[in-house]
Amino acid sequence: MDFSFNEDQLLIADTADAFLTSASNSAQVRAAMSTELGYEPALWQQTTQELAWQLTHIPESEGGLGLGYVELCILFEKMGKHLCCSPFFSTVALSLNSLLLVAANDCAKSAIAAIAEQGERFALAYSGGGRLVGLDSITALYHDSDSYNGVCLTGDYHYVIDGHTASSFIVAAKNASNGQLGLFLVPKEKVDVAWTATMDQTRKLARVSIREAEVPASNILSCDSTTKGTFENVLNLACIALAAEQLGVAEQCLSQTVDYISERKQFGRAVGSFQAMKHKAADMMNRAEAARSAVYYAACIADEFLGGQPLGAELSEAASIAKAYCCDAAFFNAGMALQMYGGVGFTWEYDVHLYFKRAKAAQLTFGDSAYHRERIAQLVLEQIA
Amino acid sequence: MRLGFTQEDERFREQVSDWLADNLVGEFAKLKFRGGPGDEHMFFAERAAWEKQMASGGWIGIGWPEAYGGKACSLEQQVIFHEEYARAGGPGRVGHIGEGLTGPTLIAFGSEQQQRRFLPKILSGEELWCQGYSEPSAGSDLANIASKAAFYEDEGVWKINGQKVWTSLAHESDWCFVLARTDPASKGSRGLGFFLLELDQPGVEIRPITQLTGTSEFNEVFLDDAVCQADCLVGEAGQGWAVAMGLLGFERGVSTLGQQMLFQNELSEVIKIAKQNGAAEDPVIRQRIGDAHMGLKIMRYNSMRTLSANPGDGTLDRAALSYKLYWSSWHRNLGNLAMDVLGPDAELVEQQPYDLTRLQSLFLFTRSDTIYGGTNQIQRNIIAERALGLPKETRGKD
Ligand SMILES: Cc1cc2nc3c(=O)[nH]c(=O)nc-3n(C[C@H](O)[C@H](O)[C@H](O)COP(=O)(O)OP(=O)(O)OC[C@H]3O[C@@H](n4cnc5c(N)ncnc54)[C@H](O)[C@@H]3O)c2cc1C
Repeated sequence: MDFSFNEDQLLIADTADAFLTSASNSAQVRAAMSTELGYEPALWQQTTQELAWQLTHIPESEGGLGLGYVELCILFEKMGKHLCCSPFFSTVALSLNSLLLVAANDCAKSAIAAIAEQGERFALAYSGGGRLVGLDSITALYHDSDSYNGVCLTGDYHYVIDGHTASSFIVAAKNASNGQLGLFLVPKEKVDVAWTATMDQTRKLARVSIREAEVPASNILSCDSTTKGTFENVLNLACIALAAEQLGVAEQCLSQTVDYISERKQFGRAVGSFQAMKHKAADMMNRAEAARSAVYYAACIADEFLGGQPLGAELSEAASIAKAYCCDAAFFNAGMALQMYGGVGFTWEYDVHLYFKRAKAAQLTFGDSAYHRERIAQLVLEQIA
Repeated sequence: MRLGFTQEDERFREQVSDWLADNLVGEFAKLKFRGGPGDEHMFFAERAAWEKQMASGGWIGIGWPEAYGGKACSLEQQVIFHEEYARAGGPGRVGHIGEGLTGPTLIAFGSEQQQRRFLPKILSGEELWCQGYSEPSAGSDLANIASKAAFYEDEGVWKINGQKVWTSLAHESDWCFVLARTDPASKGSRGLGFFLLELDQPGVEIRPITQLTGTSEFNEVFLDDAVCQADCLVGEAGQGWAVAMGLLGFERGVSTLGQQMLFQNELSEVIKIAKQNGAAEDPVIRQRIGDAHMGLKIMRYNSMRTLSANPGDGTLDRAALSYKLYWSSWHRNLGNLAMDVLGPDAELVEQQPYDLTRLQSLFLFTRSDTIYGGTNQIQRNIIAERALGLPKETRGKD
């Protein structure tokens, strides 16, 4: 058992942090978030071409680096810390994971190559909107096409992360007659996309609608009894990546707040010397530390899962734990930060609100914490006789 | 990062569980899952016999260096031992203070003679220890010790006068390590001595204190010219604080994973009841069960990080510093959940007049977890000051 970063992992963390410190500073984040596009194309170019971050956990046989989910989560943590505005999450955590998990077929292989080599942007569309989560939220339907060997697909998709800037979509739909889940690859030409402005401006969402689009058999990623499980595991992996981002948020809120309250003076002393403030800061640290443990344990489990090892069976549990804990920790820390900064924390000028909004958005993405706690409770109640 | 244990470690796990399966039987069978926190007064004599049984199997001090009679087991193996021990329902150890605190302290700070005199008796389970730090005016402010130790040249002994309080299991122990002032004019952490005090002597009077559970695990200890041999001072006179602080460092460590296995046993018991009495259908209770499970898992991951401490990763000290606050709060919440799962049945005691059920004890006793060993407030001060570098608390004038 060794639950600490090795030299290479520490190097990845330092390099990513240094890069984002200069490429995703407050001014750059604000510039990117205020556009409809939502990211700086030059930054996308750098991360996918020079740094090739999207290759991290693609197996070497598929032209990737063959590193693990731990390494990938290190990147997500740093992106969360710097509020990096980028379609990296939608392309890698959602779409690439979908492509890696479906049983290898030509369609998936060429899509992986497009992400790996050209840095193409992908989005995953599944939810029909509303409070339902995961599989339950899918309302889009497909029919087996009569005219040719494929399917005909119709659906409205909400909250599609970076949908308006993606060039290809992975869409989920249920068979109109038997409910069988299918995952399909659909190019942007076949869909209508509209950007939907969001409270958290650092991550863009879009609405996607598809009307009787014909999807040829060659674009079917998965459409059999395994698809449901695959889709659930895609969301599990995405939850872990999102949790890693929120770990970064929780950490950053803590460290910036500690800096601020050490400087700011009232009553002739640093406000950080008041015990009410020290104890809040200690609680923030406790949560950040626990969040770190939860994320990297889940990332290790993701690696076990991707490698087909027995511990991989813990994936849903570890994902729910990481998702619920880290998103709550980030929101707690961001809320504390806002309070501990005082009036300036309430301004547009200071970055606190960006973290605060991002943290709330993350809590509500892929099922809120109550949803994940319920999922954990179900598992536990089943396990204990 | 690598989860899981090596094959060699797994073989060690088998050895431990086999030994426990063979030995935790017969007269010892009734001790299973007994004598833990909140239950420490139960079956004391039988557990003292079990301590000797453990000694005969060579299972005490497995992490100590071989030169001191230990097994020098790796951290992983110690973790495995604690896990298996808790899994098998190994009874609360009456020797844990000696094994976990006195022993490592003497190995680090003791003289060769002290090591030779005391370590073997800990390893054989013959001598039990307790911790005599707190005093009426030295609680959170531990350095505010008033007990005084004076050396009598003619007799060649130290005599200690003062009062200790909250001394757990003093009434069952043979020896107590005590902080007392060797420099009567000193204040605070300077001028203290760390003494090894034999309890069975006229100068020591032990009076049990009844706790909110109605039972007595801790005591007042009155020291009235309590005699301590010259060679029972650990380190130099005046250096007691350094020894005491070194010792506190031993309190958190490999035993944490075993502790968590006990917590898991408790949580499982609560969940079983919830399934039986229908509480598990209540969505709010389900949330709390999910939360408790999640909290315990993360506690385990925190410990795994601390134990794999990587000097290159500065964040690890922070995980270690937050451990006490984390587990004490979690455990307190579990006690509360246990009552809420039971519902009105939670009220009914086991036997007249006030023999509490295990879960009632859990509920009440976990309220001390956030007090002893540094209260939650003190833990937050420590985290804020040591880990986050925020300004230190100012002292008032005494
Ligand atoms: C079950 C149990 C077993 C124990 N066993 C032992 C033992 O074996 N040996 C031993 O030596 N001791 C033992 N203790 C004593 C224990 O360590 C002390 O109770 C503890 O350190 C707190 O001290 P106190 O009780 O004097 O509380 P106080 O220090 O009087 O604290 C009262 C309140 O003030 C708060 N407070 C104090 N200082 C600060 C501060 N600077 N900032 C913010 N808040 C503060 C505390 O958090 C607490 O809420 C035991 C206690 C219990 C409950």
